[in-house]
Amino acid sequence: MAISRDEVLHVARLARLALTDEEVERFQQQLSAILEAVGKVGELDLSGVEPTSHPLELSNVWAEDEPRPSLPLEEALQNAPDREGGYFRVPPA
Amino acid sequence: MSWEPVIGCEIHVHLKTRTKMFCRCPTGFGEPENTRTCPVCLAHPGALPVPNARAIEWTIKLGLALGCEIAPRAVFHRKNYFYPDNPKGYQISQYDEPLCISGSLAMPGPDGETTIGIVRAHLEEDAAKSVHMGGAEGRIHGADRSLIDFNRSGTPLVEIVTAPDIHSSEQAKRFLQLLRQTVRELGISDAEMQEGSMRFDVNVSVRPEGSDELRTRTELKNINSFNFAAQGIEREIQRQIGIYEAGGEVEQETLHFVPGREDAPPLRSKEEAQDYRYFPEPDLLPIEPPVEMVEQARSEIGELPQERIRRLEAELDFGLAEGLVTSGRDELYSRTPGDRRAVANVVMNELAAAGIDPRAVDGAELGKLIEARDRIARDALTKALAASGEPGFSAEDYLGEALIADASELDPVIEQVIAANEEQVAAYRGGKEGVLGFLVGQVMKETQGKANPRVVNERLRAKLKS
Amino acid sequence: MIDTLRLTAEQASGLLERKEVSVAELHAAYLGAIEQRDGELHAYLTTVSEPEGDGVPVAFKDVISTRGVETTAGSKILAGFRPVYDATVAARCKQAGLPLLGKTNMDEFAMGSSTENSAYGPTRNPWNPERVPGGSSGGSAAAVSGGLAPWALGSDTGGSVKQPAALCGVVGLRPTYGTVSRFGIVAFASSLDQVGPITKTVRDCALLYRIIAGRDRCDTTTVDLPEHVELPEADDLKGLRVGVPKELNEAEGIEPGVSASVNAAIELCRELGAEVGECELPRSVEFGLPCYYLIAPSEASSNLARYDGVRYGPRVPRDSIREMYEQTRDAGFGDEPKRRIMLGAYALSAGYYEAFYGQAQKVRTVIRDEFAAALERFDVLVSPTSPTVAFPLGAKTDNPLAMYLSDVLAIPPNMAGLPGLSIPCGLSEGLPVGLQLVGPQFSENVLFRTGHALEQALGFDSVPERLR
Ligand SMILES: [Mg+2]
Ligand SMILES: [Zn+2]
Repeated sequence: MAISRDEVLHVARLARLALTDEEVERFQQQLSAILEAVGKVGELDLSGVEPTSHPLELSNVWAEDEPRPSLPLEEALQNAPDREGGYFRVPPA
Repeated sequence: MSWEPVIGCEIHVHLKTRTKMFCRCPTGFGEPENTRTCPVCLAHPGALPVPNARAIEWTIKLGLALGCEIAPRAVFHRKNYFYPDNPKGYQISQYDEPLCISGSLAMPGPDGETTIGIVRAHLEEDAAKSVHMGGAEGRIHGADRSLIDFNRSGTPLVEIVTAPDIHSSEQAKRFLQLLRQTVRELGISDAEMQEGSMRFDVNVSVRPEGSDELRTRTELKNINSFNFAAQGIEREIQRQIGIYEAGGEVEQETLHFVPGREDAPPLRSKEEAQDYRYFPEPDLLPIEPPVEMVEQARSEIGELPQERIRRLEAELDFGLAEGLVTSGRDELYSRTPGDRRAVANVVMNELAAAGIDPRAVDGAELGKLIEARDRIARDALTKALAASGEPGFSAEDYLGEALIADASELDPVIEQVIAANEEQVAAYRGGKEGVLGFLVGQVMKETQGKANPRVVNERLRAKLKS
Repeated sequence: MIDTLRLTAEQASGLLERKEVSVAELHAAYLGAIEQRDGELHAYLTTVSEPEGDGVPVAFKDVISTRGVETTAGSKILAGFRPVYDATVAARCKQAGLPLLGKTNMDEFAMGSSTENSAYGPTRNPWNPERVPGGSSGGSAAAVSGGLAPWALGSDTGGSVKQPAALCGVVGLRPTYGTVSRFGIVAFASSLDQVGPITKTVRDCALLYRIIAGRDRCDTTTVDLPEHVELPEADDLKGLRVGVPKELNEAEGIEPGVSASVNAAIELCRELGAEVGECELPRSVEFGLPCYYLIAPSEASSNLARYDGVRYGPRVPRDSIREMYEQTRDAGFGDEPKRRIMLGAYALSAGYYEAFYGQAQKVRTVIRDEFAAALERFDVLVSPTSPTVAFPLGAKTDNPLAMYLSDVLAIPPNMAGLPGLSIPCGLSEGLPVGLQLVGPQFSENVLFRTGHALEQALGFDSVPERLR
């Protein structure tokens, strides 16, 4: 189960990773090898088997609609790489 | 040939819970930027979502009002995409296991009922707010930076998806108005367009009249007014018909509605088609709505707008019935006595124009004004209606003044009556006070009731003394 | 003079209670040891000079959010990040009076089995500095083994507590999923992540687990413990049914020296009165690793999307948001996170979901059922924790798959949400061998009791020979 160069570029785009050509090259090989190995799950016929998305079979855990204090503005912005007034600032979309 | 529009709507409605969907930051509108945030709604490392019980109850309530089945098991999924207003890099939403499924709403119309299928209603979280700076007044194009405010980040949103059962822009507008009134009456949302607490996307396609094919549809996004919805849809219908009649093909695309602008610029070209990589949110457990929760929600639902429209249609024409209900004025209409059409018109037009809160109006008093409205001067009525919302408002006070009180107008009539009723006049002068009433009645009769009884009384006494 | 190499947390709290040492003296003793040996081991990323609390100091893997104390998860993309809140486990340790000693090194975002994937340089194994300490909680394991902390917390997604504990000759617990809060733990794979203690003794392990375990309202996937955490006393295993899963003990790649120590420990179980029998996990071992390497990267690809240079962390400035994202993330993430993010994005993307993520979730069901069946006949399943002893630095760095195999025995029970305890059971080539004890959900008390009895009988000296 090999992954093509285009597929590597596609997932890199999806994941917002700018890869160098060297990285694309290397990751294509490594990911192909890994996909080869994990593709093994396809060997099992599991039609009719329920998927497990959680180790515990719990449901209906929620909280009442009661406000708790929010962060002070300065703490909210404390780690911001860039800000303008009380806003987080980013380059244009 | 003639074409039939095929329209489906996707409506997002803010729930007016006290706190956000997955954290307990207070919700709100218009607070200073980033003052209602926490590690959860800022997506700090390690923060985890905790669902808001009330948001779940209210979504179930809405689902029931829209005739949906409440799923025995609902699951939150992650919808993965990057955008600065989407702090986690995924939106917690619902995918193939939503809370409410396959409902329908029987919408009354001028020529009978249309059933609009409700495909689903699910719960999700809203994004943060971006302000685009440096471009043309906050427009995204040409901006040199964006400023992000996370106060709205994580506000509970219900997304309602209809089947493509709507066939005109006018019908779409009426459906959206009915839906808005419904969520407001359920008490789960203010559905304020200006505040963005209700927004719609519409899918539009057209097909030859009579065929049942579904042709390529385009999506109009971010519409925040009923008229814009109608305009946008109408424009899109005409555009598509134009393309087909010129022998062309409509392209699947997402368009951004810009009021006043003739065309709708594409939002996303189709090759940039999204791959959201939905998967079950591992930080959250499934919801299995308990029977008590569903029944409690059911018990809180009153008579729905469409039911009341149908009831009022029996006594009014459709337009008035629908108008009263979707503007939330039918309740005052119902408790105001008098000629139904007259009452409906006053409540819909004059009172609305005067900007009076229908809930503040005493129906009985309003009834008196309406009953007298042909007998009194226009401006007097307007004055009275304008005051009808005030506490302790009494129709009498206004009706009194509204009647003829001017002696110079009344005296001739009074003298005429005195002259014509010598016997009674003599009896009165002889001490039979009671006769006065008869004489007043005569004056009122002569003036077709437009005379102010108090003034007539005074003038009569005065004249009989002399 | 406090001998931090030998002192257990239990002994340390005794010294404090009897006022034989002060909190300050104890704290200073460990800072001294760090001063002395951490230059070589590099177990710590951050240390805290002033003790806060009246208890035994503790070290946290740098994946645990600590208010005001830099928390990087071993990644450049969180360089300088100071959390505005405490993880629930950190808050509970504070409440229990445990002062924070420091934050320990780890594979970036807990992705790795050798701590060589740390953006801040590798940690070395106290038994042999040329060898890895295991990972991803290698810093915590090396700190406890090297006398740089009386006890520590790590996190285990696919063996990241059990395996480094094994490779460093200390005790490590991966708790039942849902018994320890994940709130404030930098997320790797949400349906698998669990925080667990790394200690010198099983009793210390029980003590620390008692402090951190229990339902947390901030983590809806947590539950209350069905029973109180007991300090193990018994030194026999009478009445205990010990199962030896064939596949977990005969998997290819298990070193002979490792098998020898483990078999000796199994023999010891018999001598201690346990009833020992064979059992099978036909598909769990063969398919556990592939299953894990689909589910964990898929969840990780989504969990790591929040590192976008918008709200925190370093940013590579660019003129468009998209370039800013791509450059910030490319510069901030190391190779292993990049590999797993892409692998996960691929496994979840349109057209592949069913074949990969969907199928892996079904395999997970198969694994649960197999363990459930085995655990109907046995109270505890035993096997090596890792197929090998500590390997040389660099031995597996350019072959991801070889590195992944280091967790082939630790992963299967994790997929089923089961607790696993690793205790040292001997040496091979002069390096520690770990014994993995697995029980049903919420069977931590049984694991502690078993581990403690074996620990007493084995008399393993957890102090690295070269440091004695
Ligand atoms: Mg939506
Ligand atoms: Zn919040």
